[in-house]
Amino acid sequence: MADDPNIASKVIKNDPWYSSYATRAEQMRASEIRALFAVANRPEVVSLAGGMPYLGRMPFDKLADQLGDMLRSKGQVAWQYGSAQGDPHLREDVLPIMELEGIKDVQPDDVVIVNGSQSGLDLITRIMCDPGDVVLAEAPNYVGALGVFQSFQVDVVNVAMDGDGLIPEALEETILEQRRQGKAVKFLYTVPNFHNPAGATMSVERRPQVIEIARKYHVLIVEDNPYGLLAFNGQTYPALRSYDSEGIVYLSSFSKIIAPGMRVAWMVAPPGIRQKLVLANESAILCPSNMSQMTITTYLDNFDWKSQINDYRGMYKERCDAMDEALKEYLPYCSWLKPKGGFYIWLKIPQGLNAKEMLPRAITAKVAYVSGTAFYDNGEGADHMRLSFCYPTPDRIREGIRRLSTVIENELATVRLFEPDSGKERG
Amino acid sequence: MAAKHSKTPRQQTGGKTPAVGKAKTTASATTTTAASSANTASTATGEVVKRARRTSHRSIREATPVTMDDVLSLASKATKRADKSLLVICGGLSHERDVSISSGHRVQGFLEEAGWTVHVHDMDGSLLPYLTDESTRPDLVWPLLHGANGEDGSIRDVLEMAELPYIGSRAKASRTAWSKPIAKNVVRMAGLQTPHSVTLPESMFRELGVEPVIDMLLGSLGLPLFIKPTMGGSAMGCTMVTEQSQLTQALINCFAYGDVALIEQAVTGTEVSVSILEFDGHPLVLPPLEIWTPSGTYDFEARSTPGPTEFYVPARLDAKTTQAVSDAALTAHRALGLRDISRTDFIVDAQGQPQFLESNVAPGMTDTSLLPQSALAAGYNLPELYTALVQSVLDQKRTD
Repeated sequence: MADDPNIASKVIKNDPWYSSYATRAEQMRASEIRALFAVANRPEVVSLAGGMPYLGRMPFDKLADQLGDMLRSKGQVAWQYGSAQGDPHLREDVLPIMELEGIKDVQPDDVVIVNGSQSGLDLITRIMCDPGDVVLAEAPNYVGALGVFQSFQVDVVNVAMDGDGLIPEALEETILEQRRQGKAVKFLYTVPNFHNPAGATMSVERRPQVIEIARKYHVLIVEDNPYGLLAFNGQTYPALRSYDSEGIVYLSSFSKIIAPGMRVAWMVAPPGIRQKLVLANESAILCPSNMSQMTITTYLDNFDWKSQINDYRGMYKERCDAMDEALKEYLPYCSWLKPKGGFYIWLKIPQGLNAKEMLPRAITAKVAYVSGTAFYDNGEGADHMRLSFCYPTPDRIREGIRRLSTVIENELATVRLFEPDSGKERG
Repeated sequence: MAAKHSKTPRQQTGGKTPAVGKAKTTASATTTTAASSANTASTATGEVVKRARRTSHRSIREATPVTMDDVLSLASKATKRADKSLLVICGGLSHERDVSISSGHRVQGFLEEAGWTVHVHDMDGSLLPYLTDESTRPDLVWPLLHGANGEDGSIRDVLEMAELPYIGSRAKASRTAWSKPIAKNVVRMAGLQTPHSVTLPESMFRELGVEPVIDMLLGSLGLPLFIKPTMGGSAMGCTMVTEQSQLTQALINCFAYGDVALIEQAVTGTEVSVSILEFDGHPLVLPPLEIWTPSGTYDFEARSTPGPTEFYVPARLDAKTTQAVSDAALTAHRALGLRDISRTDFIVDAQGQPQFLESNVAPGMTDTSLLPQSALAAGYNLPELYTALVQSVLDQKRTD
């Protein structure tokens, strides 16, 4: 029998297919941090981690009736395969949404529907980048984009940003430096409005400057704009795409304004790129879900979605104010930029602290955040954390920040004890 | 299965007949190590050690091991599986919630495959009403909570108050095993070897000063060291320290998970894990499982990500050492007063001596966990093995 010590050992490979994986799967690993997040959804934990929009005010009862009617009348279409470019009805419906941010020259045929912006990022990277190519991106960078870029073995080169977004001079310097190194810069990836995680919005003055630099060096811009309609005061900013139709691939999504679970986003691209995107979309998924697309069109056609978004804006403002006030009260020695919209505050923690290493202590204290290290692919970011105010109520946000303050105080005490030199300038 | 390599006729153990059927022989884990050979390294755990010694003497003398035939026989007795309501508790708020949920659902799946009616419940505010309401009260509970509140005895205390039978060690024994320094002392008194270590709370560094304590630490234990929280699992907060410059960061990492650090001499050798299932006091010592990783460290990532880690079952040890490590696991199981299920981790050092690291009262039961891997490699069918364990506990009509 197998437990006889005299018999030969049996080898059990933890993963028999380990040696068969592609190199790009190398980064796909479990981590303690991911495991710690398993508790973040428990009600005892105040999660300031996830970027989930609040859906509690959606008119689900009425929507259910409308969806029932839709299924009764168009069920065979909703459950059938569809076009790789997306439902023509939806492609028409997104036009007035884009007009709110100054994009007025788009026809339905210019639009490609994708399975969420994440899928759009995957497609554009798939058709533009070979391993080793360079993508420029703001630092910090959206964690989902980093995952896509890593999976295509792209080199992500950071471009500095500040409270007014991407710094044009830094962009030009970075392009020139990459050229000097003989690197192929395939595109600039940017989130100009209410950046995730930095919260910053690219100033209106900088937008044409960035476009001009990109034109000058023939660098494509991928503009990711999921938060553009979520300014607290209702203001919209001109999309980069509104300045230029030839050098920009525009991405926007229903995930933050209507329903992330539907996984519906859209892209607008110059003709050649658009054609490749459709082919790549077909190759990857055959077609976006008709059911999801028709759910969105049913909502857009039958409800006052602008008022709904306006309602959400007010709610997110209230929550952002609550977080800002709580931070001033409990963590005055940290620094942050109060955003004008979106979902996030990017908090700089005292010098010497490491947000990633501190997370287990936070989970013990029943508060969760995302370490800044998640938004870099080079190990930077440990001195920041992303705090989301979109989902918890103001009272919960306040409680979460209170808990976070005790976590930071305790971690500071430990770090000061063991590494006093690293925290000399701490608050 | 045990018959093929038995060394001692069962009769010589003086054991009672196992409740599980006709035990034919003794097996690997009925020998040697008992309190008589214990060193006297520590007396700090007083009453716990005395109890452990008594338990160790009695159990090792009396218990007879279980064979595969016994397991199959016991499983075949479970004829009314669908009529019994089993409850797996998993999840909780510990750092190991993810692993616990995975363990719970795996066990649920195997038991359902075997025909049992199994429900799964998280540890939350709705659990107590579920346990006490006549319409939902289970016949048996299998707590598969990892980490604090699961392995520290808390949930078992609750189950005992609710007078619900459950699979696994009692609350007090769980608490003993959960604290690694206390467990080390207990097994040391029972004759096992365990790496030299010290247990230091963060406050000790604060009160005495970091530098003098570290100087003393390095003078006493040297390098390399293994730093870990005294309570915790899945290797979270654990760091191997090979250079002095790494020590303070390792301590900071550790104190993020708990207030007290176990600072242990790192032993070079073969990492071996031995799982034990127990049927009314009669042990089934599964073959020792050797863990091999490219880095040499079975850290969180290696545990949680299907990857290059390899397991060897039985461990690539000679027969004498294999026997020794099996015996050591049973000694630890008995000395700590554990029940029904445990997994004990060792490093087998260059001299072939098993060095005790820790015992787990709620070992991982995921598809990459060590206990199920060991059982599968030994030829057991997991649905029937778990069924035998369930039936054994049901037959005992426990009230705790």
